[in-house]
Amino acid sequence: MSKRIIIVGSGIGGTIVANGLCNILGSEIARREISVSMLSATDKHFYQPGLFYLPFGKFRESDLYKNQKEVLDDRIHFKVDPVTKIDIQDNTITTESDNIHEYDYLVIATGSRIRPDLIPGMKQSAHWFYDLDGARRLREALEDFKGGRVVINVNAPHKCPVAPVEVTFMMHSYLKERGLLENSEITYTYPIGRLHGIEPVSNWLEPEFESLGIRSETFFNTKEIVPSKRSIETEEGASLPYELLIAIPPHSGAQLIEDSNLGVGGWVPTDPQTLLLEGSNNVFVLGDTTNIPISKAGSTAHFEADVIIENLSALITEGRWAKNYDGKVFCFIETTDEKATYISFNYENPPRVGAPNQMIHWAKIGYNRLYWLSIKGLL
Amino acid sequence: MTKRTKIDARGAHCPGPLMELIAGLRLVEKGDEIEILSNDKGSLKDIPIWVQKAGHALGSIEELQEYYSIVVEKVKT
Ligand SMILES: Cc1cc2nc3c(=O)[nH]c(=O)nc-3n(C[C@H](O)[C@H](O)[C@H](O)COP(=O)(O)OP(=O)(O)OC[C@H]3O[C@@H](n4cnc5c(N)ncnc54)[C@H](O)[C@@H]3O)c2cc1C
Repeated sequence: MSKRIIIVGSGIGGTIVANGLCNILGSEIARREISVSMLSATDKHFYQPGLFYLPFGKFRESDLYKNQKEVLDDRIHFKVDPVTKIDIQDNTITTESDNIHEYDYLVIATGSRIRPDLIPGMKQSAHWFYDLDGARRLREALEDFKGGRVVINVNAPHKCPVAPVEVTFMMHSYLKERGLLENSEITYTYPIGRLHGIEPVSNWLEPEFESLGIRSETFFNTKEIVPSKRSIETEEGASLPYELLIAIPPHSGAQLIEDSNLGVGGWVPTDPQTLLLEGSNNVFVLGDTTNIPISKAGSTAHFEADVIIENLSALITEGRWAKNYDGKVFCFIETTDEKATYISFNYENPPRVGAPNQMIHWAKIGYNRLYWLSIKGLL
Repeated sequence: MTKRTKIDARGAHCPGPLMELIAGLRLVEKGDEIEILSNDKGSLKDIPIWVQKAGHALGSIEELQEYYSIVVEKVKT
């Protein structure tokens, strides 16, 4: 009987796995020994890193997405029918249209989502750029902004560990270009006692922020936003006023994960090496929704996808395990004046930060276009 | 009864054990505990400082083979 692989979630992780399996298992799929299906909540594929440029007028909305069908191999059975329940005992999933699908192997790639509703006052008073609607509203707010106190307020947990840093630099450049820097003040807040979770990034940021006159507040965990006072109150007892608040809201995993009792907060307990759901031998998990304590980033999902493609193909066709995930992550960091740097690390080797330069910036701009080829497995 | 959740943050370079602890505390009830495992020596300093600043309670700190186990009780909602 044919082996059925179902992938839930059509973001970067799910798409790379689906296309990669078709590349490797082409002949088995042609002989109908294996089928690859994807169930999605949307018919669009969204390039989330583009959202960061949108409020500053540096990315066109139409370049943010393509039809999911366009980025998928034709051999994948693709359906827009959000999954409402995963039953790992019965090896079945149920969808919104009440269809039940049986699987031999399941890949969970349902990502993470912002939860401004978890902090009182945040939804009503803050701006953000982590979803399309928020990025559009921030673009409008920036167009109307005449100067004042700007706060970039980082909350845990959140995806893309460097986006808050990048938006701080971008904000500085934007205010400078518009002649608003003189009557503005930028403050960056971070939950722990330094500027970034990665110590070398924090050490690099300190003098960079200082030279640009960017203020910072550490040990800053948002308890509530008080709209009437336009202030942020923290768990640590501080209060910070603002005229423009750009929040990185805390995140959760998908509702489906909690509804299926697969993990508190929507984070699925996942073996950091095998990427199997803990205690399972046929459910793989990747991307933002794992509980692995590493960066929730597209690059993480991409490197994990490569490992899952190899293991799933080897398991089905040869009954063997191919390789473990080594915790690899790679992130570009956009700074000021069209420069960028990057960090790269894995479980064993900590990150280092090099001096920003224009070459790396152009590499990132190039990646914004090459993304569409990379998720097809063509790079 | 006090519930204890374990977070294995060994090898977690980014965002790091303290950020994992802060995220984890969001998901447990007042009175519950989190045991965080870290092989970053910095955790011995930055976790207790943050726990005190944020008004939670430090349970225990144990040095095990090549890693540390730190228990924190959530005191505030
Ligand atoms: C502003 C911003 C900037 C970023 N910049 C970078 C960057 O520069 N570099 C980098 O590496 N990363 C960056 N990221 C992070 C990156 O986009 C995510 O980490 C990545 O998309 C995670 O991939 P994923 O496959 O786990 O989840 P996603 O790509 O989010 O995909 C999850 C998919 O699951 C679907 N889904 C959810 N629930 C269900 C359901 N019940 N049924 C079916 N489908 C479901 C969703 O619709 C979605 O399609 C950025 C993110 C943002 C928001």
